[in-house]
Amino acid sequence: MAAIRLAVPDTAQRGEVIEIKALIQHPMESGFRRGSRGEVIPRNIITRFECRYNGALVFASDFQPAIAANPILTFHTVATETGELEFKWTDQNGEAWSEIATITVT
Amino acid sequence: MTSRFNRRTLIKGAAISLGLVGLPSVGLSQAKPNIVIVGGGFGGASAARLLRQLMPSASITLVEENAKYTACPFSNLVIGLGRPLDAQAFSYTGLESSGITLAYDRALDVDVTNKTVSLASGVTLPFDRLILSPGVDMRWGAIEGYSQDAAELLPHAWKAGPQTRLLREQLQAMPDGDTVIMTVPPAPYRCPPGPYERASMIAHYLKTQKPNSKLIVLDAKDSFSKMTLFQEAWAEHYPDHLEWRGAIDDGRVSRVDAATNTVSTDFETLQATVINVIPPQKTGEIADRAGVSDATGWCPIDPISFESRLQSDIHVIGDATIAAPMPKSAFSANLQAKVCAVAVARLLSDLPPQPTVLANTCYSYTTPDEAISIAGVYTNEGSSLSSIAGAGGVSPLGADKSIRAAEAAQAVHWFETITSEAFG
Repeated sequence: MAAIRLAVPDTAQRGEVIEIKALIQHPMESGFRRGSRGEVIPRNIITRFECRYNGALVFASDFQPAIAANPILTFHTVATETGELEFKWTDQNGEAWSEIATITVT
Repeated sequence: MTSRFNRRTLIKGAAISLGLVGLPSVGLSQAKPNIVIVGGGFGGASAARLLRQLMPSASITLVEENAKYTACPFSNLVIGLGRPLDAQAFSYTGLESSGITLAYDRALDVDVTNKTVSLASGVTLPFDRLILSPGVDMRWGAIEGYSQDAAELLPHAWKAGPQTRLLREQLQAMPDGDTVIMTVPPAPYRCPPGPYERASMIAHYLKTQKPNSKLIVLDAKDSFSKMTLFQEAWAEHYPDHLEWRGAIDDGRVSRVDAATNTVSTDFETLQATVINVIPPQKTGEIADRAGVSDATGWCPIDPISFESRLQSDIHVIGDATIAAPMPKSAFSANLQAKVCAVAVARLLSDLPPQPTVLANTCYSYTTPDEAISIAGVYTNEGSSLSSIAGAGGVSPLGADKSIRAAEAAQAVHWFETITSEAFG
């Protein structure tokens, strides 16, 4: 199971640009590597990341095999209202992991 | 590696395999060549002493700022166990009495065209061959907020001396129950297992003197030298006093603040009473001035002669070099100095340098009377240094305490041998 770390400000002023960081522990196995016996190590990657702010998509990214293991994303959005930010990673097989952070906007 | 053979034998054996025995009889093409060596650490001092033997008629000048050298190996025992800092100090009087000229000065610049080194005092030294053994400089600013001023409050103690004392004093002054943080940079840096030996020594200090305190190690890496051996020792001895966090657990430090005694990773800001920042490093500055360092911040060298790949007639040895798989260690610097000295003597005698075998052993203390080690053997045949497969190795996991104690005793002998080799 993948561990997730989030960095979202607890509070912000309306209209403020806030920095968000999101890390997920994942091998991001490219499918191009070989094991010690020469066998191909099967591809196992996250293919999609989405961040929704009170349900509205504010940031999304498609991941490819070149993305490193345990990817960290840093991005910005505008604090508009008090609520929840939902972070969701989906892998190539459709398995998904998500986490929620709350923010108070004044 | 624990075995019956003595490291002293290895050091002497390596010297013999370099063909030192036959060299002094080689007729010199130059009556009195000028050899200048910058940096009086394990590399520079060892090179000066061997060249003195190999070339009795040469003029050999060692440029070094400090009247005494403070050795890094064993300095973690100063920090954690209260070993006297004086036991780390070595003077150059032995070198001077053997006919090596000591210039207690700072080398400011190298004129590669006219082949001179200029010193802070205004003196200019001409050279036929220059050997740079400049060690490391800290990359100030690589961690946001970590400057030379900040290091007076948050010591790196990665050059032995006042910084070592400062970290020791901070630990002693800290109230029981407070937190210590150590930050570890990505490779390459001086002494790959050094941070983990230091973590062991600090954890021992806390366990015995400040039992309610804890050390948190924030590491930019997910694996490190002798990792399983260190972790075995930590689980046994310091389960309540040492927490190691790798990059995968948000261990990578991006910012420190000396005003608030805080350390920031990507996701967290932690506060501690004592913060030991081991910052990213680069070659000593004089190598940059001489134009022998590249974009990596380190110096590419020919592995047979240790001559710079960027400037002819200038050699670089020790921590400043790109010599992987050899680690940046005192042992490596000492052996590279010998290989380089022989190569310089041969080149000045119109003889080609010859390939040879190099080695390294790093001992690390895990408790006051237990140590573990890693040993490597390398060849410089071909265009790069490479490990000789099947040679060297690491201490066994799950070994009896007597094996760890035997390695701790070997470490003491190693320190005596390497310091007497370098400083006489």
